Amino acid sequence: MARTAVPGRLGDRLCWRVAEVTGRRVESPTAVTVVLDVPDWPGHLAGQHVDVRLTAEDGYSTQRSYSIASASDGQRLELTVQRLPDGEVSPYLVDELKPGDQLELRGPVGGWFVWGQDQTEPILLVAGGSGLVPLMCMIRAREMAGSRAPFRLLYSVRGPDELLYRSELREGSPGLDISYLYTRQAPPDAPRPPGRVAPHDLVRNGWPPDFGPTCYVCGPTGFVEKATAYLVLLGHAPERVRTERFGG
Amino acid sequence: MTIISRGFHGRRPSEGTKLPPGQYETNGFPVLSAGPTPHVEKSSWELSVTTEDGRRHTWDWAALMALPSESPTVDLHCVTKWSKFGTEWRGVSLDVLLADVETAAEYALVTSYGGYTTNVPLADLLDGKAWITYSYDGDDLAPEHGGPARLLVPHLYLWKSAKWVRGIELLESDTPGFWETVGYHNYGDPWREQRYQGD
Repeated sequence: MARTAVPGRLGDRLCWRVAEVTGRRVESPTAVTVVLDVPDWPGHLAGQHVDVRLTAEDGYSTQRSYSIASASDGQRLELTVQRLPDGEVSPYLVDELKPGDQLELRGPVGGWFVWGQDQTEPILLVAGGSGLVPLMCMIRAREMAGSRAPFRLLYSVRGPDELLYRSELREGSPGLDISYLYTRQAPPDAPRPPGRVAPHDLVRNGWPPDFGPTCYVCGPTGFVEKATAYLVLLGHAPERVRTERFGG
Repeated sequence: MTIISRGFHGRRPSEGTKLPPGQYETNGFPVLSAGPTPHVEKSSWELSVTTEDGRRHTWDWAALMALPSESPTVDLHCVTKWSKFGTEWRGVSLDVLLADVETAAEYALVTSYGGYTTNVPLADLLDGKAWITYSYDGDDLAPEHGGPARLLVPHLYLWKSAKWVRGIELLESDTPGFWETVGYHNYGDPWREQRYQGD
């Protein structure tokens, strides 16, 4: 596992900033993108996350981490949040938060699960459900930088209703191949029957290991365990497979 | 200035539990790893301790099992905000493992199968504060949680409790590990909320 440096801010304290909600987009029945204005935001690398802190009127406060969905662009920051049925914070962010509201955040955090425009090798993105968010940030950063690095995205999702960023992905981008892996319910024209990610999905829609791709896998723990084990079995070097997991 | 989140009520931790700042309680056991889970067979497993003058002590699986074990019940605090109370482990205290190791080193760099590393002051591994664990909740430790054996240093954030532990290098100077070189705190005390560099 190679070490990567976080440019420019080693040793600086990550301070809490007050962000203002400037917009909100419904992405699916359970997910919303919150658009924030963050004064003096230092910028971020694609794949990094922020810590969000909410405080109740009696002073009780709690924190959660959320991946950044938007490419670095001045003070504007977008987080896509999936509502967890028994969540403490996500239902508030998805259902309650309105433009004009404020919240505290600090970051950017994380220097490993990141893509930078200096990377020219083929990239494989493997997303399970809302694990797409930091990978979408990489797709957007590639587009914004005018990078020609070849990208392939495998997006595992329960059914068409739960697709995030639907129209943006449909529009696509030159050099970006997208394969949808529907796990429960597939549209009639889908090239494969519904089912969980399998080795042949990664063979058919990924990169051959000898192309030397870097693989980024993000999703629920079970999904990431399976997808990464298959990638290693198919011959990808473990140190070229970077992961981010969420949930129990 | 604290910003009150309009309409946010939140949940308070259950009675009698004490959470470090910024943490919340979970009953699950989330997994956090930077890469694929390495699958290490007990038959080829080896743990080494290397001193500052290069002397190497090793234990294979049978040798580890032959050492007296303890059953610590501890609280876990992950830098990603979750805390889990009352987890039950079985393993060998580092006091036992290092009893015959002569060293004047003050720092340890822990290495794992798969290439992960993390640094801990040696004092934080001694005096009943750390174990090489091989059982969780009565069962063999699962690979995604670090099996066959992981370090357990529960008084620090969980990234210090290296999964798939393979070696402990005793060093005269502090050498930051994997997360410590990408922006995370060098020491990682959850009660002082030392998440990131500068905290």
